[in-house]
Amino acid sequence: MILAVILWVLTGAIVYGFAGKFWWFPPPISQHGVAYDEQFSVTLIVTGIIFAIAQAALGYVVFKFKDDGKRASYSHGNDKLEAIWTSATAVLFVGLVLMGTSIWASVHFAEAPADALQIEVTAKQFAWSFRYAGADGKFGKTDIKFINDANGNPVGLDEKDPDAKDDVVTPNIRVPAGKPVLLTLKARDVIHNFFVRELRLKQDLVPGMAIPFHFTADKIGIYEVACSELCGLGHHQMRATLQVMSPENFEKWKFEAAQK
Amino acid sequence: MSSPSVHAHQAPTGFIRKYIFSLDHKVIGLQYYFLALFSVFLGMALSLLMRWHMVFPDMKIAFFEKLWPAGAPGGVMTPELYLSLMTMHGTIMVFFVLTTAPQSGFGNYFLPIQIGAEDMAFPVLNMLSFWTTFLALVVMVMAFFVEGGAPLGGWTAYPPLSAVGAVAGPGQGAGQTLWVVSIAIFCGASLMGAINFIATTIDLRAPGMSLMRLPLTCWTWLITAILGLLGFAVLLSAGILLLLDRTAGTSFFIPGGLVFSDQIINHKGGSPLLYQHLFWFFGHPEVYIAILPGMGVASQLLSTFSRKPIFGYRAMVYAIIGIGLMGFVVWGHHMFMSGMSPYSAMAFSVLTMCIGVPSAIKTFNWIGTLWGGKIRFTTAMLFALGFVSLFVSGGISGIFLGQPALDLYFHDTYFVVGHFHMIMGVAAIFGMFAGTFYWFPKMFGRMMHEGMGKLHFYLTFIGVYCIFTPMHFVGVAGNPRRYADFKEFEFMQNLMPLHVFMTWAAVATAVAQIIFVINLVWSMKSGAKAPDNPWESTTLEWSIPSPPPFDNFGGKHPIVNHGPYEYGVPGAPKDHIMQTDPA
Repeated sequence: MILAVILWVLTGAIVYGFAGKFWWFPPPISQHGVAYDEQFSVTLIVTGIIFAIAQAALGYVVFKFKDDGKRASYSHGNDKLEAIWTSATAVLFVGLVLMGTSIWASVHFAEAPADALQIEVTAKQFAWSFRYAGADGKFGKTDIKFINDANGNPVGLDEKDPDAKDDVVTPNIRVPAGKPVLLTLKARDVIHNFFVRELRLKQDLVPGMAIPFHFTADKIGIYEVACSELCGLGHHQMRATLQVMSPENFEKWKFEAAQK
Repeated sequence: MSSPSVHAHQAPTGFIRKYIFSLDHKVIGLQYYFLALFSVFLGMALSLLMRWHMVFPDMKIAFFEKLWPAGAPGGVMTPELYLSLMTMHGTIMVFFVLTTAPQSGFGNYFLPIQIGAEDMAFPVLNMLSFWTTFLALVVMVMAFFVEGGAPLGGWTAYPPLSAVGAVAGPGQGAGQTLWVVSIAIFCGASLMGAINFIATTIDLRAPGMSLMRLPLTCWTWLITAILGLLGFAVLLSAGILLLLDRTAGTSFFIPGGLVFSDQIINHKGGSPLLYQHLFWFFGHPEVYIAILPGMGVASQLLSTFSRKPIFGYRAMVYAIIGIGLMGFVVWGHHMFMSGMSPYSAMAFSVLTMCIGVPSAIKTFNWIGTLWGGKIRFTTAMLFALGFVSLFVSGGISGIFLGQPALDLYFHDTYFVVGHFHMIMGVAAIFGMFAGTFYWFPKMFGRMMHEGMGKLHFYLTFIGVYCIFTPMHFVGVAGNPRRYADFKEFEFMQNLMPLHVFMTWAAVATAVAQIIFVINLVWSMKSGAKAPDNPWESTTLEWSIPSPPPFDNFGGKHPIVNHGPYEYGVPGAPKDHIMQTDPA
């Protein structure tokens, strides 16, 4: 039967596509990323087995049980089988979600360490602003009435506030390798989403909210930040880079940027 | 239970009362079906334009400019036009196809007949709900033709993007207003339909048609109606509040301190998250509104064409009810990244995994039904088998997305797009194809062409896997959804060959649908005459002429003596016992 063959070939091709990792995650750059990939692998193996068995079984019944003019076996089911596969599925599915709990907890329940580098992220249609406190370690005051994109004040820094003098606002984010970073996510107009593939992290930025979000990146390099919540006509162009630098280079950059 | 006086209206004679403003549930069912058929081709055309633009964003195509002079100057589609096509594709498919055909189309036609009634409980309400749906579609399509064009905020229409007007983008002015109005009208229509379905199933069952003798199709229509009643009521509220934010200066969903390009927005105190909760309180049950009737059709057909009773009828009923109940407590899994409390994400994810259990039960029972059967490979059966395969493929990726930890990467990537298209899109549509081939002889008195049907099935089945499987791969590579093109990001360049492949697969699959249209039109005129019961089925619609008379049962009042799936009964004279056969 053609359908059985199609089912088996499709199943084989899909399993091969996932097993071969031809289009795949970039390598992780954090401990969280490593843990994430493990949880993904376990889920992939469990679901892959269920998927392959279910599709292969469907192909098998299609292949095996053709109409030959005789009567089919008469059965209304089997309660014992029903109970077994119901409880097995429940244990498996809920088990998977519980396994991933520690990953979610480390991102969202655990607080960032007190010495984490603080960066304020402000998203707008269709650009990012990343603000650092400068040498004084204090963020200056902001107010929406000072917002002026043309004059390079996308976050509305109050220039009369002495704390604001050395604040650094940049369109791309730089962080020191191995050091915890605490972002405060804000949006000026509509909802945006901060997504870095290599960090395996994603979080919405919601107008009216200031959402804390922390991570530690270990691997030096430049990675792409892609807005992942539909924000308007320039959504597909809302790109920034995350540059993970050696701590020395980072301090040097931040010092120089604050002078300007 | 049914009483003889229920059929209050007589067979009309004039064209308008017979075919336009008809009170006959069968005509209304067909009206819904053809409205959905028009909508599905419109939605499909939009998706082809989108797929084309994604992979050939700079190509000049003269007819784009003819269709949208402002949206495609010089024939090159703008990102805002792309997003408006995307918004309309999703909206039209979800509301006017997936909500309309399986429930309002087939349900209207066959629920009364399968339970032994002469019509729906409220025929006038039934007519009103169709014409209200029609009005909603007209208002929705009008959004293309107003200044700024159709909205670009997606079918979810999250505020503030959807709430602040044209300052947020072209299409967010009049287009978005029409969108909200259309959805509100559609909610009203769905509420009327839901009440009618529930009342009909509860009150109009023939003597002997106990709940545990209902065909599974009727169970799914009943539960879907309950989901619709509770879900659309909440969406209607959300729609009205959004409309007030847009037009009356209220701030239900708009927080203070918004600045669009240097312009301060004069709103304060609203919550964007509130809208998301209301929307998904409807939006998640909506997924089951789309797929449950397909599950019912698949169950009915798998039993019929494998000549075996459904495996575990009771378990299937409990699974349908379980999915219905739990469908209302999992909406938060759409919002893991939204900024809501991360603790609630844990609750929503455990509940989400629990709702996977009844879905898995159904899959096991379908394979159990087929096991040891004598399968007749009609086109209808092929689509039912295809439904099971797609349901498994689309369901299994939900195990990734239901885990908030894994959603940290997959949220709003093409992995999600692949997931919901597989299950809510094409699996549901396979349910509709299966229903069409199965019930066509009853509806039109003629058989559909099996050769054309099978060719159409194989091309479509392979086609949809070729379109939607690669979406999972580009999703694993992190490609976000709702991007007009992929030129800005380095990492997306490697994925372009897959995107090109998906586009050509979509074109080929769309072309294959022409076979279906030809089959449908040809069979209506020239198909072989259908006997009363061409498939040797057991349910009530197969005990009456094809097509059925105006009052369905020709003045008789059927009495039900058997369960719905008595196939292969040992010792019985035939291999099947009709529900109305003597006890």
